[in-house]
Amino acid sequence: MQATLGRIGLWFAILLLAIMAIAGAQDGGFAIQMAIVGIAAFIALVATARAHDPLATKTGMFKLPDGPEVYDDAPVRWGVIATVFWGMAGFLVGVVIALQLTFPQLNLEPYLNFGRLRPLHTSAVIFAFGGNILIATSFYVVQRTCRAQLAFPKLARFVFWGYQLFIVLAATGYLLGITQSKEYAEPEWYVDWWLTAVWVAYLVVFVGTIVKRKEPHIYVANWFYLAFILTVAMLHVVNNIDLPVSVLGSKSYPLFAGVQGALVQWWYGHNAVGFFLTAGFLAMMYYFVPKQAGRPIYSYRLSIIHFWALIFLYIWAGPHHLHYTALPDWAQTLGMVFSVMLWMPSWGGMINGLMTLNGAWDKVRTDPIIRMLVMSVAFYGMSTFEGPMMSIKSVNSLSHYTDWTIGHVHSGALGWNGMISFAAVYFLTPRLWKRERLFSLRMVNWHFWLATAGIVFYAGSMWVAGITQGLMWREYGPDGYLVNSFVETVAALHPMYALRAIGGVLYLSGAVLMVINVWMTIKGRQREEAPMTNAPYDAELDRPIVSAPALAAQEA
Amino acid sequence: MNPHSTYEALRHLADSWGLIAMFFVFAFLCAWPFRPGAKHSNDEAANLIFKDETDGE
Repeated sequence: MQATLGRIGLWFAILLLAIMAIAGAQDGGFAIQMAIVGIAAFIALVATARAHDPLATKTGMFKLPDGPEVYDDAPVRWGVIATVFWGMAGFLVGVVIALQLTFPQLNLEPYLNFGRLRPLHTSAVIFAFGGNILIATSFYVVQRTCRAQLAFPKLARFVFWGYQLFIVLAATGYLLGITQSKEYAEPEWYVDWWLTAVWVAYLVVFVGTIVKRKEPHIYVANWFYLAFILTVAMLHVVNNIDLPVSVLGSKSYPLFAGVQGALVQWWYGHNAVGFFLTAGFLAMMYYFVPKQAGRPIYSYRLSIIHFWALIFLYIWAGPHHLHYTALPDWAQTLGMVFSVMLWMPSWGGMINGLMTLNGAWDKVRTDPIIRMLVMSVAFYGMSTFEGPMMSIKSVNSLSHYTDWTIGHVHSGALGWNGMISFAAVYFLTPRLWKRERLFSLRMVNWHFWLATAGIVFYAGSMWVAGITQGLMWREYGPDGYLVNSFVETVAALHPMYALRAIGGVLYLSGAVLMVINVWMTIKGRQREEAPMTNAPYDAELDRPIVSAPALAAQEA
Repeated sequence: MNPHSTYEALRHLADSWGLIAMFFVFAFLCAWPFRPGAKHSNDEAANLIFKDETDGE
């Protein structure tokens, strides 16, 4: 009782602080953001009060595990639902901004123009969709591979709900025009501080679980998860060293300026790709591919080399985002060389994932989840080949600032991150809700093909668009002047932008099938459907041969 | 030490002894799973994800 009262008091204090911050806010955006914090504190207050009711403890928002003999899966279940929800939000906004680029009339000033919706899309898919599946799978995998219940269950709940508040604050901030204008690091100083607190709690829960493990060995997936958590913490803190103008205002200014600021930003930005979207998702690969295939990883040794090579190389690759800028030439070359070297461990990892299916390749035909995993790892291989190639200075002089970059990012994000996340959601849902199987395996199959077709449209149109753009920008006439004005290059891309939007709609419609499938599976329904494959059977032919001449003789 | 010479000193360290040290740490870590007798523990580690399939959740 006293503990509950204390917690209610804490939430109430946060609520009061939020109201005071609203009253003293220096700008309207900050006031709205603090209102969101206040609402979150109020919801937490009500949830805490309700959780005291013994009847509500079974279903409460902060429900703790029933005992030490079961895994603590509640945060994983919420994480799967949050992944599906934020995924839909992120994909939908992606389709909207693709259409805005095709039909500029769709820019609704000021809140829903492209400039504000674009960071909403990137943050929703990377940090909300990707972040939630990473947190959910890391909590699931670390418990299973350590054979230990999640450490600090209350802190784990704080990590989940605190991360959702971070997402809501970041997303609403963009629409209100609150941004640091740093790619993938748009949230302002107070949201950065909040995320730092959540992330440290995440690290404590994860390391705490590893420390209390019952398995002597720490499985390689946990190495990747740990590298992802630690490195993201370091990157986030260093890239967000800012000085707020006022403690009651949303605006802040970074300590690093000019080219130093640019280098820190892209050291952050590229390693957000390297450690958030690669290391974290490789952890998923090293668990879910062997699990779904029912075979151990092809080479455990190769996975260790993959890990260390990725750690030692990735952190240097950032400067390739700043080719032909004020950054010193040696730093650009360093970034390029390390990016090219990264090709080797990336392909080592891809081979390791694919060769795990050696002797079980038939499952690609019969199991759509395995097919998603294989496609995901294949896209990991393709985009980690394309990336190093684009980081070579002479290629970059054509590709930089063009839509080729967008196409590259999406072949990685839609193909590698998206597909493996969908596979993880389909793997986890029946297990987490104790269902015999998914609602429908055929819908997974449809999801796979819709998503694949969507990626083909997206990446294909953006390759053509990017190279068109790059070539038009650099085209000189015999008089020594540029041939094309910028607006001509924009007009030339219109059909490609329309094709991209079609790709986005296909990808989104695949995700709609996932929502239905996950929803129905949680409800406990199973769709009546024909199995994915059957050995061929023909009743007509399933009988002994009666010799034909005898028949002919009878008739005669 | 003025900022410029700090930069110079760190840069020289980074492309000489620092680089060599990092390389050997990297080589050692990569060689570690190939040490004699590691095959068994590698196999065990690779298979530990399947231990939970028959008991409990």
